[in-house]
Amino acid sequence: MDEVKIIEIKKSVFSENEIKADELREILKKKKTFLLNLMSSPGAGKTTTLIKLINTIKEKSAYKVVVMEADIDSDVDAKKIKEGAGIEAIQLHTGGMCHLDAEMTKQGLDNIDCEDADLVILENVGNLVCPAEFDTGAHLCAMILSVPEGHDKPLKYPLMFEICDLVIINKIDCLPFFDFNMAKCEEYVHFRNENAKIIPICAKTGEGVDVLAEYLIGKLEEFKN
Amino acid sequence: MHELGIVFYVVDEIEKVAKEKGATKVLGATLELGEVSSVIPSYFMELWEWTIKKHEMLVDCKLDLVTMKAISYCTECKKTYGTVEFGKTCPNCGSVKTYLVTGNQINLKNIKV
Repeated sequence: MDEVKIIEIKKSVFSENEIKADELREILKKKKTFLLNLMSSPGAGKTTTLIKLINTIKEKSAYKVVVMEADIDSDVDAKKIKEGAGIEAIQLHTGGMCHLDAEMTKQGLDNIDCEDADLVILENVGNLVCPAEFDTGAHLCAMILSVPEGHDKPLKYPLMFEICDLVIINKIDCLPFFDFNMAKCEEYVHFRNENAKIIPICAKTGEGVDVLAEYLIGKLEEFKN
Repeated sequence: MHELGIVFYVVDEIEKVAKEKGATKVLGATLELGEVSSVIPSYFMELWEWTIKKHEMLVDCKLDLVTMKAISYCTECKKTYGTVEFGKTCPNCGSVKTYLVTGNQINLKNIKV
Protein backbone atom coordinates (compact mmCIF):
# COMPACT_ATOMS: atom_id res chain seq x y z
CA MET A 1 0.00 0.00 0.00
CA ASP A 2 1.37 3.36 -1.00
CA GLU A 3 1.73 6.07 1.57
CA VAL A 4 -1.21 8.48 1.90
CA LYS A 5 -0.63 12.07 2.88
CA ILE A 6 -2.45 15.37 3.03
CA ILE A 7 -0.96 18.31 1.15
CA GLU A 8 -2.06 21.73 2.38
CA ILE A 9 -2.61 24.17 -0.48
CA LYS A 10 -4.96 26.91 0.74
CA LYS A 11 -5.03 28.77 -2.53
CA SER A 12 -7.81 30.47 -4.46
CA VAL A 13 -8.72 28.58 -7.63
CA PHE A 14 -8.72 31.92 -9.42
CA SER A 15 -5.17 32.80 -8.36
CA GLU A 16 -3.57 31.12 -11.39
CA ASN A 17 -5.81 33.14 -13.73
CA GLU A 18 -5.17 36.35 -11.82
CA ILE A 19 -1.38 35.91 -12.15
CA LYS A 20 -1.74 35.28 -15.89
CA ALA A 21 -4.06 38.27 -16.25
CA ASP A 22 -1.58 40.58 -14.50
CA GLU A 23 1.23 39.31 -16.74
CA LEU A 24 -0.83 39.92 -19.86
CA ARG A 25 -1.80 43.43 -18.69
CA GLU A 26 1.90 44.21 -18.18
CA ILE A 27 2.97 42.82 -21.60
CA LEU A 28 0.27 44.86 -23.34
CA LYS A 29 1.16 47.97 -21.36
CA LYS A 30 4.73 47.72 -22.69
CA LYS A 31 3.42 47.37 -26.24
CA LYS A 32 1.11 50.33 -25.55
CA THR A 33 -1.87 48.23 -26.57
CA PHE A 34 -5.01 48.97 -24.56
CA LEU A 35 -7.25 45.97 -23.93
CA LEU A 36 -10.95 46.60 -23.36
CA ASN A 37 -13.14 43.78 -22.08
CA LEU A 38 -16.71 44.37 -23.25
CA MET A 39 -19.44 42.35 -21.59
CA SER A 40 -23.25 42.21 -21.61
CA SER A 41 -26.13 39.78 -21.70
CA PRO A 42 -26.94 38.20 -25.09
CA GLY A 43 -28.69 40.66 -27.37
CA ALA A 44 -27.81 43.88 -25.53
CA GLY A 45 -26.14 45.15 -28.70
CA LYS A 46 -22.41 44.56 -28.25
CA THR A 47 -21.64 43.99 -31.93
CA THR A 48 -23.83 46.83 -33.25
CA THR A 49 -22.33 49.20 -30.66
CA LEU A 50 -18.82 48.13 -31.65
CA ILE A 51 -19.37 48.81 -35.34
CA LYS A 52 -20.70 52.33 -34.65
CA LEU A 53 -18.05 52.98 -32.02
CA ILE A 54 -15.12 51.86 -34.18
CA ASN A 55 -16.29 53.94 -37.13
CA THR A 56 -16.56 56.98 -34.83
CA ILE A 57 -13.10 56.37 -33.31
CA LYS A 58 -11.71 56.12 -36.86
CA GLU A 59 -13.27 59.51 -37.74
CA LYS A 60 -11.96 61.19 -34.61
CA SER A 61 -8.48 59.71 -34.28
CA ALA A 62 -5.77 57.70 -36.01
CA TYR A 63 -5.85 54.88 -33.48
CA LYS A 64 -5.78 51.35 -34.84
CA VAL A 65 -8.53 49.16 -33.43
CA VAL A 66 -8.70 45.37 -33.54
CA VAL A 67 -11.58 43.20 -32.30
CA MET A 68 -11.61 39.73 -30.77
CA GLU A 69 -14.99 38.08 -30.69
CA ALA A 70 -15.65 35.35 -28.17
CA ASP A 71 -18.61 33.06 -28.60
CA ILE A 72 -19.50 29.49 -27.86
CA ASP A 73 -19.84 28.86 -31.58
CA SER A 74 -20.19 30.52 -35.04
CA ASP A 75 -18.30 33.39 -36.65
CA VAL A 76 -21.23 35.73 -37.35
CA ASP A 77 -19.89 38.47 -35.08
CA ALA A 78 -16.38 38.56 -36.56
CA LYS A 79 -17.90 38.74 -40.06
CA LYS A 80 -20.26 41.54 -39.03
CA ILE A 81 -17.36 43.57 -37.59
CA LYS A 82 -15.24 43.07 -40.72
CA GLU A 83 -18.10 44.14 -42.97
CA GLY A 84 -19.43 46.93 -40.77
CA ALA A 85 -16.24 48.56 -39.56
CA GLY A 86 -13.70 47.37 -42.12
CA ILE A 87 -11.17 46.27 -39.54
CA GLU A 88 -9.56 43.01 -38.60
CA ALA A 89 -11.59 40.77 -36.31
CA ILE A 90 -10.82 37.31 -35.00
CA GLN A 91 -13.37 34.85 -33.69
CA LEU A 92 -12.54 32.82 -30.60
CA HIS A 93 -14.55 29.75 -29.71
CA THR A 94 -14.81 29.00 -26.03
CA GLY A 95 -15.89 25.41 -26.72
CA GLY A 96 -18.96 25.49 -24.51
CA MET A 97 -17.45 27.63 -21.77
CA CYS A 98 -19.44 30.64 -20.68
CA HIS A 99 -16.54 33.05 -20.33
CA LEU A 100 -13.02 33.91 -21.45
CA ASP A 101 -10.05 33.77 -19.10
CA ALA A 102 -6.60 35.32 -19.35
CA GLU A 103 -5.01 32.31 -21.05
CA MET A 104 -7.70 32.17 -23.76
CA THR A 105 -7.34 35.92 -24.28
CA LYS A 106 -3.58 35.59 -24.62
CA GLN A 107 -3.94 32.78 -27.16
CA GLY A 108 -6.37 34.93 -29.10
CA LEU A 109 -3.96 37.86 -29.11
CA ASP A 110 -1.14 35.58 -30.31
CA ASN A 111 -3.25 34.68 -33.32
CA ILE A 112 -4.07 38.16 -34.47
CA ASP A 113 -1.98 40.89 -36.00
CA CYS A 114 -2.10 43.39 -33.14
CA GLU A 115 1.57 44.41 -32.88
CA ASP A 116 0.74 47.99 -33.85
CA ALA A 117 -2.82 48.02 -32.52
CA ASP A 118 -3.67 50.83 -30.10
CA LEU A 119 -6.93 49.37 -28.91
CA VAL A 120 -7.96 45.72 -28.77
CA ILE A 121 -11.59 45.19 -27.90
CA LEU A 122 -12.54 41.82 -26.54
CA GLU A 123 -16.21 41.10 -27.05
CA ASN A 124 -16.84 38.58 -24.30
CA VAL A 125 -19.47 35.83 -24.28
CA GLY A 126 -22.98 37.26 -23.72
CA ASN A 127 -23.56 36.54 -20.04
CA LEU A 128 -23.81 38.68 -16.91
CA VAL A 129 -22.45 36.12 -14.45
CA CYS A 130 -19.36 34.17 -15.46
CA PRO A 131 -17.34 36.71 -17.47
CA ALA A 132 -17.33 38.94 -14.38
CA GLU A 133 -15.46 36.32 -12.38
CA PHE A 134 -12.55 35.79 -14.72
CA ASP A 135 -9.99 38.55 -15.16
CA THR A 136 -8.99 38.60 -18.84
CA GLY A 137 -6.02 40.92 -18.39
CA ALA A 138 -7.98 43.91 -19.70
CA HIS A 139 -7.08 47.47 -18.73
CA LEU A 140 -10.74 48.51 -18.69
CA CYS A 141 -13.91 46.51 -18.12
CA ALA A 142 -17.08 47.80 -19.70
CA MET A 143 -20.59 46.41 -19.93
CA ILE A 144 -23.66 47.23 -21.97
CA LEU A 145 -27.06 47.24 -20.33
CA SER A 146 -29.90 47.68 -22.81
CA VAL A 147 -33.19 49.39 -21.97
CA PRO A 148 -35.43 46.33 -22.56
CA GLU A 149 -33.47 44.40 -19.90
CA GLY A 150 -34.68 46.74 -17.15
CA HIS A 151 -33.08 49.18 -14.74
CA ASP A 152 -32.90 46.67 -11.90
CA LYS A 153 -30.06 44.60 -13.36
CA PRO A 154 -27.32 46.17 -11.17
CA LEU A 155 -29.21 44.81 -8.17
CA LYS A 156 -29.46 41.33 -9.66
CA TYR A 157 -25.92 40.93 -10.96
CA PRO A 158 -23.73 42.56 -8.29
CA LEU A 159 -20.29 41.38 -9.41
CA MET A 160 -20.69 42.46 -13.05
CA PHE A 161 -21.51 46.02 -11.99
CA GLU A 162 -18.83 46.07 -9.29
CA ILE A 163 -16.01 45.25 -11.70
CA CYS A 164 -17.08 47.49 -14.61
CA ASP A 165 -15.51 50.94 -14.86
CA LEU A 166 -17.86 51.85 -17.69
CA VAL A 167 -21.58 51.08 -18.04
CA ILE A 168 -23.05 51.80 -21.47
CA ILE A 169 -26.85 52.03 -21.50
CA ASN A 170 -27.93 51.03 -25.00
CA LYS A 171 -31.21 51.22 -26.96
CA ILE A 172 -32.28 54.52 -25.39
CA ASP A 173 -34.53 55.06 -28.43
CA CYS A 174 -36.79 52.40 -26.82
CA LEU A 175 -37.21 54.36 -23.57
CA PRO A 176 -40.78 55.53 -24.36
CA PHE A 177 -41.92 51.93 -24.73
CA PHE A 178 -40.43 50.44 -21.57
CA ASP A 179 -40.71 51.07 -17.83
CA PHE A 180 -37.00 51.76 -17.69
CA ASN A 181 -36.16 54.39 -15.08
CA MET A 182 -32.83 56.03 -16.00
CA ALA A 183 -32.42 57.80 -12.63
CA LYS A 184 -33.02 54.54 -10.75
CA CYS A 185 -30.62 52.72 -13.04
CA GLU A 186 -27.87 55.27 -12.35
CA GLU A 187 -28.56 55.03 -8.63
CA TYR A 188 -28.30 51.21 -8.72
CA VAL A 189 -25.11 51.25 -10.82
CA HIS A 190 -23.46 53.65 -8.36
CA PHE A 191 -24.72 51.55 -5.46
CA ARG A 192 -22.51 48.76 -6.82
CA ASN A 193 -19.62 50.93 -7.97
CA GLU A 194 -19.63 54.60 -7.10
CA ASN A 195 -16.87 55.37 -9.62
CA ALA A 196 -18.56 53.76 -12.62
CA LYS A 197 -18.96 56.01 -15.64
CA ILE A 198 -22.41 55.77 -17.26
CA ILE A 199 -22.92 56.65 -20.93
CA PRO A 200 -26.41 56.32 -22.49
CA ILE A 201 -26.35 55.56 -26.23
CA CYS A 202 -28.41 54.22 -29.08
CA ALA A 203 -26.18 52.11 -31.31
CA LYS A 204 -28.86 51.96 -34.00
CA THR A 205 -29.31 55.72 -34.45
CA GLY A 206 -25.80 56.63 -33.30
CA GLU A 207 -27.02 58.87 -30.47
CA GLY A 208 -24.39 59.21 -27.72
CA VAL A 209 -21.79 57.14 -29.61
CA ASP A 210 -19.56 60.21 -30.06
CA VAL A 211 -19.55 60.71 -26.26
CA LEU A 212 -18.54 57.08 -25.84
CA ALA A 213 -15.83 57.36 -28.50
CA GLU A 214 -14.41 60.50 -26.89
CA TYR A 215 -14.40 58.85 -23.47
CA LEU A 216 -12.42 55.88 -24.84
CA ILE A 217 -10.03 58.09 -26.82
CA GLY A 218 -9.39 59.99 -23.56
CA LYS A 219 -8.67 56.70 -21.77
CA LEU A 220 -6.32 55.67 -24.60
CA GLU A 221 -4.41 58.94 -24.41
CA GLU A 222 -4.08 58.58 -20.64
CA PHE A 223 -2.82 55.02 -21.11
CA LYS A 224 -0.27 55.89 -23.78
CA ASN A 225 1.36 58.64 -21.73
CA MET B 1 -22.81 25.95 -16.84
CA HIS B 2 -20.86 28.53 -14.97
CA GLU B 3 -19.65 25.92 -12.46
CA LEU B 4 -18.01 23.90 -15.24
CA GLY B 5 -15.21 26.42 -15.80
CA ILE B 6 -14.49 26.45 -12.09
CA VAL B 7 -14.43 22.64 -11.92
CA PHE B 8 -11.81 22.67 -14.72
CA TYR B 9 -9.69 25.13 -12.76
CA VAL B 10 -9.90 23.01 -9.62
CA VAL B 11 -9.04 19.80 -11.50
CA ASP B 12 -6.04 21.46 -13.20
CA GLU B 13 -4.77 22.87 -9.92
CA ILE B 14 -5.10 19.52 -8.11
CA GLU B 15 -3.29 17.68 -10.90
CA LYS B 16 -0.52 20.28 -10.94
CA VAL B 17 0.09 20.11 -7.19
CA ALA B 18 -0.13 16.30 -7.11
CA LYS B 19 2.40 15.96 -9.94
CA GLU B 20 4.77 18.42 -8.25
CA LYS B 21 4.67 16.24 -5.14
CA GLY B 22 5.28 13.10 -7.18
CA ALA B 23 1.91 11.57 -6.33
CA THR B 24 0.31 9.01 -8.63
CA LYS B 25 -3.26 9.16 -7.36
CA VAL B 26 -5.38 11.78 -5.64
CA LEU B 27 -7.78 10.29 -3.08
CA GLY B 28 -9.47 13.39 -1.77
CA ALA B 29 -9.62 17.18 -1.90
CA THR B 30 -11.16 19.89 0.25
CA LEU B 31 -12.59 22.98 -1.36
CA GLU B 32 -13.73 26.01 0.62
CA LEU B 33 -16.70 27.73 -0.96
CA GLY B 34 -17.81 31.16 0.21
CA GLU B 35 -21.55 31.60 0.75
CA VAL B 36 -21.59 34.34 -1.90
CA SER B 37 -19.10 32.73 -4.31
CA SER B 38 -21.99 32.20 -6.78
CA VAL B 39 -21.23 28.48 -7.02
CA ILE B 40 -24.16 26.12 -6.48
CA PRO B 41 -22.73 23.10 -4.63
CA SER B 42 -25.09 20.49 -6.16
CA TYR B 43 -24.28 21.61 -9.73
CA PHE B 44 -20.62 21.73 -8.86
CA MET B 45 -20.68 18.14 -7.55
CA GLU B 46 -22.47 16.81 -10.63
CA LEU B 47 -19.95 18.43 -12.95
CA TRP B 48 -17.11 17.30 -10.72
CA GLU B 49 -18.22 13.65 -10.98
CA TRP B 50 -18.44 14.00 -14.75
CA THR B 51 -15.06 15.71 -15.12
CA ILE B 52 -12.92 13.44 -12.94
CA LYS B 53 -13.84 10.38 -15.02
CA LYS B 54 -11.70 11.93 -17.75
CA HIS B 55 -8.68 12.40 -15.47
CA GLU B 56 -6.84 9.23 -14.56
CA MET B 57 -5.22 10.63 -11.40
CA LEU B 58 -8.52 11.88 -10.05
CA VAL B 59 -11.03 9.08 -10.73
CA ASP B 60 -11.14 8.09 -7.05
CA CYS B 61 -10.87 11.61 -5.67
CA LYS B 62 -13.55 12.36 -3.10
CA LEU B 63 -14.39 16.05 -3.01
CA ASP B 64 -15.32 17.70 0.26
CA LEU B 65 -17.05 21.08 -0.05
CA VAL B 66 -16.83 23.33 3.01
CA THR B 67 -19.14 26.36 3.07
CA MET B 68 -17.54 29.54 4.43
CA LYS B 69 -19.77 32.19 5.97
CA ALA B 70 -19.99 35.55 4.18
CA ILE B 71 -19.27 38.59 6.36
CA SER B 72 -19.60 42.28 5.47
CA TYR B 73 -18.12 45.30 7.23
CA CYS B 74 -19.89 48.63 7.71
CA THR B 75 -17.61 51.67 7.35
CA GLU B 76 -20.11 53.90 9.20
CA CYS B 77 -20.65 52.00 12.47
CA LYS B 78 -17.50 49.84 12.14
CA LYS B 79 -19.37 46.61 12.81
CA THR B 80 -19.54 43.35 10.87
CA TYR B 81 -22.67 41.38 9.94
CA GLY B 82 -23.79 38.32 7.97
CA THR B 83 -23.96 39.20 4.24
CA VAL B 84 -26.49 36.53 3.29
CA GLU B 85 -29.08 37.78 5.82
CA PHE B 86 -28.71 41.52 5.25
CA GLY B 87 -27.09 42.09 1.84
CA LYS B 88 -25.47 45.47 1.32
CA THR B 89 -27.42 47.35 4.01
CA CYS B 90 -25.95 47.32 7.53
CA PRO B 91 -28.50 45.88 10.02
CA ASN B 92 -27.00 47.97 12.85
CA CYS B 93 -27.19 51.48 11.40
CA GLY B 94 -28.88 51.16 7.97
CA SER B 95 -25.86 52.44 6.02
CA VAL B 96 -25.04 51.03 2.58
CA LYS B 97 -21.37 52.02 2.86
CA THR B 98 -20.42 48.43 3.46
CA TYR B 99 -18.10 45.97 1.83
CA LEU B 100 -17.63 42.23 1.76
CA VAL B 101 -14.80 41.06 4.04
CA THR B 102 -15.00 37.36 3.29
CA GLY B 103 -17.36 34.92 1.62
CA ASN B 104 -16.71 35.07 -2.12
CA GLN B 105 -13.70 32.75 -2.04
CA ILE B 106 -13.25 29.45 -3.84
CA ASN B 107 -10.15 28.04 -2.21
CA LEU B 108 -8.50 24.70 -2.69
CA LYS B 109 -7.61 23.89 0.92
CA ASN B 110 -5.83 20.57 0.68
CA ILE B 111 -5.57 17.33 -1.24
CA LYS B 112 -5.04 13.75 -0.08
CA VAL B 113 -2.62 11.75 -2.22
